[in-house]
Amino acid sequence: MKIHEYQGKQLFAKYGISVPKGIACFSVAEAEAAAEKLYAETGSSVVVVKAQIHAGGRGKGGGVKVVKGLYVEQGIEIARELYLGLVVDREQRRVALMASTEGGVEIEKVAEETPEKIVTEHVDPVIGLGGYQARKLAYGLDVGKGTPNPKETVSDFVKLVTKLAELFEKEDCSLCEVNPLIITKQGKVIAGDAKVTFDDNAAGRHKEWDSLMDKDEEDPVELEAKDAGLSYVSLDGDIGCLVNGAGLAMATMDIIKHHGGSPANFLDVGGGATKEQVTKAFSMILSSPKVKGIFVNIFGGIMKCDVIAEGVIAATRELSLNVPLVVRLEGTNVEQGKKLLAESGLRIQPADTMADGAKKIVAATKAA
Amino acid sequence: MSILVSKDTRVLVQGITGSAGSFHAKQCLAYGTQVVAGCTPNRGGESFAAEGPGGKAVTLPVFDTVAEAVKQTGADTSCIFVPALGAADAILEAVDAGCKLVICITEGIPVTDMIRVRRAIEGKPVRLVGPNCPGVITPGECKIGIMPGHIHRPGKIGVVSRSGTLTYEAVGQLTALGLGQSTCVGIGGDPVAGLDFVDVLRLFNEDPNTEAVMMMGEIGGSAEERAADYIKQHMKKPVAGFIAGATAPPGKRMGHAGAIISGGKGTAKDKIAALGAAGVRMSPSPSEMGATLKSLL
Repeated sequence: MKIHEYQGKQLFAKYGISVPKGIACFSVAEAEAAAEKLYAETGSSVVVVKAQIHAGGRGKGGGVKVVKGLYVEQGIEIARELYLGLVVDREQRRVALMASTEGGVEIEKVAEETPEKIVTEHVDPVIGLGGYQARKLAYGLDVGKGTPNPKETVSDFVKLVTKLAELFEKEDCSLCEVNPLIITKQGKVIAGDAKVTFDDNAAGRHKEWDSLMDKDEEDPVELEAKDAGLSYVSLDGDIGCLVNGAGLAMATMDIIKHHGGSPANFLDVGGGATKEQVTKAFSMILSSPKVKGIFVNIFGGIMKCDVIAEGVIAATRELSLNVPLVVRLEGTNVEQGKKLLAESGLRIQPADTMADGAKKIVAATKAA
Repeated sequence: MSILVSKDTRVLVQGITGSAGSFHAKQCLAYGTQVVAGCTPNRGGESFAAEGPGGKAVTLPVFDTVAEAVKQTGADTSCIFVPALGAADAILEAVDAGCKLVICITEGIPVTDMIRVRRAIEGKPVRLVGPNCPGVITPGECKIGIMPGHIHRPGKIGVVSRSGTLTYEAVGQLTALGLGQSTCVGIGGDPVAGLDFVDVLRLFNEDPNTEAVMMMGEIGGSAEERAADYIKQHMKKPVAGFIAGATAPPGKRMGHAGAIISGGKGTAKDKIAALGAAGVRMSPSPSEMGATLKSLL
């Protein structure tokens, strides 16, 4: 789950991480008042107004988006812009702390073109980030270079990095990026941005996340799926997929493509597949007008295929499904399941294998 | 022979009184697995009634702690069905009690918990499988987890995969072609977990009863690339492979927490290329996994 910059900075402030003074605003009048307040408090004649939207690369990309929130911030006299980011390093099984002299630039680009400009340290989960590691980063980036008091700047940087590593773990983040990390002309180290993503798996122990979520930023269908315990991702094609299990769901998309079709979505209904879940899943797939056919691919395993078939039939009736439907079932009682589908009087084409099902649904949608 | 589990494996189930735990403990017992104990805090002293193969009545003792269960029953392997926020603690409890194999089925464990677990079990004589996995089965001997036992047949193909139902798909295809399995290992779909492809491939490489290996990977991370390095240098047996997610868009989590292409890394294309270059025969589609493996024999 992503949060806005202003929320990220409020979280930073809670951990004692320096951020510019700022006020979140939700109307023009509020923004004007905020600017006046910041002029008065900081004595500076400059404020920065930042649109509060989730997409990374704000200002780039060219997409137009309705903005509901603004963040009005004091202007900062910037001497240098650095990059600081914490991510989970899957290979090392540790949180990796990356820093770079190339602030304000996307880290992927730096990693691609000038990897030598990135310094990385891994955080031991038992010990936490060692002071020596933070100092290694500070000297690696030469953060004291050209500042009025380099020793103080190094110490400022070390404190900020240490607190950020602590925040990452305690707040269950999966990503935490400060880009740019600003060194001011006075030699202070300040978080110029705050990009925080939380680990959805930890939501159960962070009730406060509910109030941080901006539902306008989430795909409504994906959000609905999450609430129903389903996993759904919209794609560009016209064949809806309903599958149990993430790996099989991806493989189903792949086989549709392999046989010349194009999947409209990824949808994992979980290891089982109840009637309620199937109905919900169908209605979500059909909420997209581009869907011209649906492929159900269930490897029932322990679940009985006749029970799944009943669920599919009930959902088809309830929603008066009028696009071609191909159903491939595997597992126990598979023959009874197929019989039920065949005798339902509905336009359901049974399939014997994944390939058979994929070929049938591609043919049916092309004919439609 | 087989890897990890056999007819002699003595299993305890953590979370046996929950709905998933009790359902699957019964399924494992009916398959013939030696499930010898259950464990749920504050439920010690209760008993768990089920049926073994052929409907023979079995009653298992339930203990408050894993340590007590191990002491009383000689269990050496734990299968975990504890809810996500308590699962990391359950893994550590099993390790502390001396279980040499811990299989965690639970999905949705926070990644920082798993990072701590991995750090805590470093250097300890234990193997962790999962979390977010279907478990491990040596057909005809021992089933630990949630996979449907009836699709498997004893044989000589080792199976290893990050996915659950896609593994069943592959196993179903192998069985239909008359190819039984030595052991099938689901390593799970999480970004930070226990055994990875290389660990399991190494075990299959050393297992005299495994003649060939079927591996199923998916987008995200670089476990398949590391597997490719291992295969190229050390694998003495033929390997067939499939990577799910060639059509997945970048930046989107595809069901599994670990199945995400980020910063252009972890694409199916790269993984297929790496495995192909290492001599793995890649299945062109998920319905030809069994046939691809068979073509190697």
